[in-house]
Amino acid sequence: MGKEMESPQEQSSYTVEQLVAVNPFNPEILPDLENYVNDQVTSQTYSLDANLCLLRLYQFEPERMNSHVVARILIKSLMAMPSPDFSLCLFLIPERVQMEEQFKSLIVLSHYLETGRFQQFWDEAAKNRHILETVPGFEQAIQAYATHLLSLSYQKVPRSVLSEAVNMDGASLDKFIEHQVTNSGWIVEKEAGSIVLPKNEFNHPELKKNTGENVPLEHIARIFPILG
Amino acid sequence: MTSNYEFEDAPTNYDDVQRQDAVYDPNFVPDSVKSFVVHMYRHIREKNVYEIHQMCETSFQTLSERLFKDTPWPCVEAIAPYVDNDHVFCLLYREMWFRHLYARLTPTLRQRIDSYDNYCSLFQVVLHGVVNMQLPNQWLWDMVDEFVYQFQSFCQYRAKMKNKTEQEVELLKQNDKAWNVYGVLNFLQALVEKSTIIQILEQEKEGLEQFTATDGYDYSGGSNVLKVLGYFSMVGLLRVHCLLGDYHTGLKWLQPIDITQQGVYTSVIGCHIATIYHYGFANLMLRRYVDAVREFNKILLYIYKAKQYHQKSPQYEQLLKKNEQMYALLALCLSLCPQSKLVDESVNSQLREKYGEKMMRMQRCDDEAFGVYDELFSYACPKFITPSAPSFEEPLVNYNQDAYRLQLKMFLYEVKQQQLLSGVRTFLKVYSSISIAKLANYMEVDEPTLRTILLTYKHKTHSVGSDGSIISNADIDFYINEDMIYVVESKPAKRYGDFFLRQIAKLEGVINDMDRIKLE
Repeated sequence: MGKEMESPQEQSSYTVEQLVAVNPFNPEILPDLENYVNDQVTSQTYSLDANLCLLRLYQFEPERMNSHVVARILIKSLMAMPSPDFSLCLFLIPERVQMEEQFKSLIVLSHYLETGRFQQFWDEAAKNRHILETVPGFEQAIQAYATHLLSLSYQKVPRSVLSEAVNMDGASLDKFIEHQVTNSGWIVEKEAGSIVLPKNEFNHPELKKNTGENVPLEHIARIFPILG
Repeated sequence: MTSNYEFEDAPTNYDDVQRQDAVYDPNFVPDSVKSFVVHMYRHIREKNVYEIHQMCETSFQTLSERLFKDTPWPCVEAIAPYVDNDHVFCLLYREMWFRHLYARLTPTLRQRIDSYDNYCSLFQVVLHGVVNMQLPNQWLWDMVDEFVYQFQSFCQYRAKMKNKTEQEVELLKQNDKAWNVYGVLNFLQALVEKSTIIQILEQEKEGLEQFTATDGYDYSGGSNVLKVLGYFSMVGLLRVHCLLGDYHTGLKWLQPIDITQQGVYTSVIGCHIATIYHYGFANLMLRRYVDAVREFNKILLYIYKAKQYHQKSPQYEQLLKKNEQMYALLALCLSLCPQSKLVDESVNSQLREKYGEKMMRMQRCDDEAFGVYDELFSYACPKFITPSAPSFEEPLVNYNQDAYRLQLKMFLYEVKQQQLLSGVRTFLKVYSSISIAKLANYMEVDEPTLRTILLTYKHKTHSVGSDGSIISNADIDFYINEDMIYVVESKPAKRYGDFFLRQIAKLEGVINDMDRIKLE
């Protein structure tokens, strides 16, 4: 928003975001929102607010619901993990729609990701390749989530665990690790090949910021009359 | 007024019209009512806010109790001559008239539609900016609160198609605009926009505007109605979005209001409670348990201390109900995300009393636990609605429970995913470090499965804040080094600074008190 040079595509997405902010309870913006979902898929961008707005409109007028668009919204929201966006979308989708085959598969995939079952996830994803490959960037997004979760949990992670989590091994895994070594501060241990993940406050408790000790000046100012 | 609305309300039928008419003559105006409207009209014209408030809260209730226990008030046409047929006063009178009807009787479909029309007219007048009144915040809150409540009630009513008579179905088909979800949402949004309340609140932070300081009242001869209705409509929008299951957007609407501070929302206790209840519930569904617990704790403590002052108020019953529901929600939050230091002692002891045993059962996370989660959720949740119009095709069905069933299902699904976590916690509490192999053995799972459980624990205890940052909610945490788990117990930060400030202020107070004592 607020970019100087806007290509026509960027201009229309600026307008859609405005619509969602200013005029969300308007059935006439439904086609714009549907187009915007397709934009998000092709340009690998994402807008939770716009997608929730569309799901709400579908809730108000169920006969206008487009399952194809809903499936794309759900896949995009899976890619936003660890944010709970997938659940947020499901809250707005009626039970009988959730029972449809394609949505059942997506719900199973979400379940595996929520419970750290990466091996089962990738197996199931392979079976649903035809749905998932319509959304570019899906694989990378899930791999990013996997490494995020590993970074929260491990100081040093065995290679096999990493391999299972990102669904890579052999040469492609080496390449992936190399990329992370260069860009994200990973270190590979010579002997076992385990990966030392970068330090953060979640896998290194000593780094946890002590947020409790800051006292705002205005609180101190309240006792100036007493001290004076 | 939502005090006597149960989830399964009695089926409405046209006999209710008969019951309403039985001893009721809509055109008969008792002297006390004549006096009431005359005085109310004068006070509104003279902007005597305090007197208006007294008349709404006390006189109206007393007269209702005495003369209109189970009939409506006289119709507006009958009282209009006593108030110069003032158009706006009549709209306000009708607003109170319908509110009384919903509280004491069951409205017919016709009455529901008429009430919506009245709100439309009233809000149109306000939105056109021609209103010059100053009304008490309690009444303005009651308007928004009742508007949303009647919308919720209508959706519930409309979703029970099974026993509708032909006339009712016909009337519904003809009046598809009444309580239409677009209409309701657009009115609330229009009030927010037209009042520019969001900008006012922003500018207030920079000292350029006065709003909270005057409790929303206008002391420069203007009107508080549009601004305050706009303000309360933000809470109204939070509420409607919760009823629809859109918690994320609901919280966005609440954002301009800083709930860590006092504000106009705390000037009316009903609004304060409604705000925190929906804020907490939305955060529960968004898995931001700590945020929910923090706010529930504050409001429950406040109610504990303040409820004695509201015993005579017409909102007292509703206050108590919401209090109980929030204890149930607090029990749910703490069972899913145990926290030892966030809850005040008095709130904690009340919680143990009401839900101690149930919380133990929920934390055991076996099949029985789901029953308890179900029970508490169903008791405490908002009355979710299906906003779309019904299908008028035969056979007519009841679908009023669909929305609730979906939210419950989603909630229990989340509970199920967290099922194994309390088992992990129990072990983490006892060990400072333990190998993956050993813990897997104790938990009777294989190593790869244990690793997935540990990842689940990390995922579920670290929520994503509204700014995208990761926040840990875990009171017990860990990190893994290859095959060894190291346990980390989070120490609560010792807030020395706050403690000293409080004690300094307290000592000053004691010294001042002592100085005041004169010794003989």
